[in-house]
Amino acid sequence: MLKIKCPFCGDRDESEFSCGGEAHIVRPTTDLKLTDKIFSEYLFMKYNPKGVFLERWCHTSGCRRWFNLARDTVSHEIIEIYPMGLLPKTVKGKKAYQSNWRRKSKSEAVNRPVKRTEK
Amino acid sequence: MAKLNIDRGTRAFARKSKRYSIFSIAKNAASYHQKWQQAWRHAEPKSTYDAVIIGGGGHGLATAYYLANVHGMTNIAVIEKGWLGGGNTGRNTTIIRSNYMWDESAAIYEHALKLWEGLSQDLNFNVMFSQRGVLTISHSEHELKGMSRRVHAIRLNGIDSDILSPSEIKKLVPTINIDPNIRYPVMGGFLQKRAGTARHDAVAWGYARAADELGVDIIQNCEVTGLRRNGNQITGIQTTKGFVKTSKVGCVVAGHSSILAEMANIRLPITSRPLQAIVSEPIKPILDTVIMSNAVHMYISQSDKGEMVLGAGVDKYNSYAQTGSWTIPEHMVAAAIDLFPFLSQLRMLRQWGGIVDTCPDASPIISRTDIKGLYFNCGWGTGGFKATPGSGHVFADLIANDRPNPIALPFGLKRFETGYLIDEHGAAGVAH
Repeated sequence: MLKIKCPFCGDRDESEFSCGGEAHIVRPTTDLKLTDKIFSEYLFMKYNPKGVFLERWCHTSGCRRWFNLARDTVSHEIIEIYPMGLLPKTVKGKKAYQSNWRRKSKSEAVNRPVKRTEK
Repeated sequence: MAKLNIDRGTRAFARKSKRYSIFSIAKNAASYHQKWQQAWRHAEPKSTYDAVIIGGGGHGLATAYYLANVHGMTNIAVIEKGWLGGGNTGRNTTIIRSNYMWDESAAIYEHALKLWEGLSQDLNFNVMFSQRGVLTISHSEHELKGMSRRVHAIRLNGIDSDILSPSEIKKLVPTINIDPNIRYPVMGGFLQKRAGTARHDAVAWGYARAADELGVDIIQNCEVTGLRRNGNQITGIQTTKGFVKTSKVGCVVAGHSSILAEMANIRLPITSRPLQAIVSEPIKPILDTVIMSNAVHMYISQSDKGEMVLGAGVDKYNSYAQTGSWTIPEHMVAAAIDLFPFLSQLRMLRQWGGIVDTCPDASPIISRTDIKGLYFNCGWGTGGFKATPGSGHVFADLIANDRPNPIALPFGLKRFETGYLIDEHGAAGVAH
């Protein structure tokens, strides 16, 4: 059983919250250029680490607001709680963000601005 | 629904001296049961195999057995990180049924059920398969209508399924509470008579013994640490007991599938979640049917030892810890007591969690991958035990012939690109 510190309400029991799954998944914006494989990677494929995992939680039975949480999937230790829209600040949190295969995936690559250095 | 002739193989137990029988019991009784032969050898990895199965649970051992028995591949090994059946095979509620709505699911689960029906004879090992019937109950008018649609779809596929009224349910299960004034009143239900339970450890041991008899090396306490490949072809696996050369690797590791996929740089749509179950102290026989309820999210049966076995849905967040949150058993017990008031007098003995590999469409993945020689059998999520023989049977066929047979075909990884999902949340997302 987790005790989660809601950034708005303080320490509450896990049963007051819902888990929204993996955080920081970016939807590919260039829809027309996407292949089925790339879209499938965004839509269905999961980052499922044994270790630190960044996920979204909502205080459903409380303030109903969302936040991000870095949690170890083996020990269930909560490493960091940080606001939506921001990235983790702890060393473990940052490492978890970087080691996610999505950072190198095609579904995220299509969103990055193309360098215009070539002719 | 795709149907295949079931090839049970003919090679097992050629040596009569190793067979279990009433004569072997009598013979061993004379020596005070001190001279029973070892059920399987303690094998160390050889340098080369024709195929390696990673994961020594029911599905992995079944795959190895059918590879050896049906396809004649005997130079193979099963590699297990811990001990045989120590993962989800020993952590489920042992329910077996094939009443699935979609044709693709009906085909594979019915294939499995047909294999279950002769499994003890095939393996010469009593897996205690008991076709005591599985009764799924409905608690509202709408659920009842949805249920009849499912029942008719199931019957069209030739799978037995009967609708029961509350009074018929009461007759079948005298201890159930059918008072219309409870929180979730029993409005009706449907019964698969051929469904039931089996002894989970015996399934792992039976397959292990039969596979070993055919020459399969079963290597325990050996963890896979890496997959080696040359270009697009698997060439071997790195383990804690050294490198093993092989050109075919079948991964059957349930909750740890994503870890192996990551080693090969392959993506899977799998999330790993705990699925919990609890058992009570043993009591005299009181429930000879498996009861499931989707609405209150609970299923219950009585084991041969007399314990009441209860299970529920998955926990709400990813985890690799084989435990879970207390909210789940709390909810499960509340629902069970509502239906079976006598349960409130029982003490619960044990609680455990298994790490299940859930898939977005609640259907399994039996598939080739972009890497030649690397196969995955995973995503069984909350309901893999019932499929054990069928899963192993079709996966062995896939590995041996490098092409999925008609039963395995719809369960390829490609379905997440084509959108041809097999959405079984109605049947598989709850009860197992």
